[in-house]
Amino acid sequence: MCLAIPALVTRLECDKAQVDFGEGVLRDVNVTLVDVKVGDYVLVHAGYAIQTVDKEDALETLSLWKEILAAEKDPGS
Amino acid sequence: MAEKLRFRDPELAKEIVQKITLVTPKNEHVKFCHVCGTHEWTITHYGLRSLLPQNVEVIAGPGCPVCIVPAAEIDEAVKLAQKGVVITCFGDVLRVPGSRMSLLEAKAEGSDVRVVYSVSDAVEMAKHEKNKEFVFSAVGFETTAPSTAVEALGKPPANFSFLVSHRLIPPAMELLLGVGDLNIEGFIAPGHVSAIIGMKPYELFPRVYRMPTVVAGFEPIDVLMGIYMLLKQRAEGIARLENEYSRVVKWEGNPKALEVMEQAFAVTSGNWRGIGRLPDSALKLRDELLDYDAREKYGVHIEQGKDILLGCECHLVIIGKIKPNECPMFMKACTPAKPIGACMVSSEGTCRVWSKTIEAQRVS
Repeated sequence: MCLAIPALVTRLECDKAQVDFGEGVLRDVNVTLVDVKVGDYVLVHAGYAIQTVDKEDALETLSLWKEILAAEKDPGS
Repeated sequence: MAEKLRFRDPELAKEIVQKITLVTPKNEHVKFCHVCGTHEWTITHYGLRSLLPQNVEVIAGPGCPVCIVPAAEIDEAVKLAQKGVVITCFGDVLRVPGSRMSLLEAKAEGSDVRVVYSVSDAVEMAKHEKNKEFVFSAVGFETTAPSTAVEALGKPPANFSFLVSHRLIPPAMELLLGVGDLNIEGFIAPGHVSAIIGMKPYELFPRVYRMPTVVAGFEPIDVLMGIYMLLKQRAEGIARLENEYSRVVKWEGNPKALEVMEQAFAVTSGNWRGIGRLPDSALKLRDELLDYDAREKYGVHIEQGKDILLGCECHLVIIGKIKPNECPMFMKACTPAKPIGACMVSSEGTCRVWSKTIEAQRVS
């Protein structure tokens, strides 16, 4: 139930935003809990944006994975 | 975006699995625990357990907020529905067994029970149908509680109130450490609860319990990476708190969400189905919002309910003590079409997740 889905903010009006979940699925969500602007990605749970997802953060995940995998040269067991 | 960023890349998965094999001890059994229905879904759906060395086990803890709502709190909703109050709830809550009946059964008998996508939809309904009383069954962990808080603080109409059944995850994790012979050696902490609460509430696990803890996301690579990070800590003989899901989870969580939760709720003890009463594990509306507390407004306080039916082993599945296929009723008397226990009802219940996959086929 803690499922949250990333969506693109396409329109913003006070505490409400229209977001695009992809493939034409649009919905109004409440954005009280986050600071967003049109064009941002947010994580939506039960009609509320609960966090922003920054593309650079997502890219950083990739480098984090690389870093963690590269750090492992001589594991103990 | 997901594909481009390799969140499901089989080659990367292979690379991580190789690393996992390298850091896994040869002759010891290692058991990690996650506490999130969505993690169980990812693990089961993508068959991740089959990729792990045989001596690495990942079990599911109490990660389904619907499964752990005690029967007494469903009974309260059913009672209100039967008195003519419109009950609004998330779809998963509809079939959760109460002591005598579920909300779906109450609806079948003529009560007005409505499924909503969001608490704000329920508030809108109340605004448009002023001649009726509305109650929202507020179920969920920290991921969901902020939305309830925003609506409670936003002056909902007088014909609207909440039956708050929110629960908090860290106390349940702490409980698992006290369960004899569970022998967990690390936690995969839930990504979307952590998007709200941040990292700090998990600090006690490595510090006090020497328990490696990794907050992980929900793509298959996220979960494999989380398992690898735990194994690596174990191999190095250290216990620390790490964040694999940094693209969503910040150290401080979501401060705005935490602030509205703090304004709307007080922390209290709460019953968990199959577990019992846990201190500081539940939320209730603060005194200044008592007008919106359905229990106060209608005087419904049911303390005891029938949580587990005879023969059902949900209480053991919920704490990861047994796997769904070790319950004699799994996919026999208890199926998604005719669920007996709460773990088979919710789409994030461990039994329900298993029923949908190849692992269910292996049972027979």
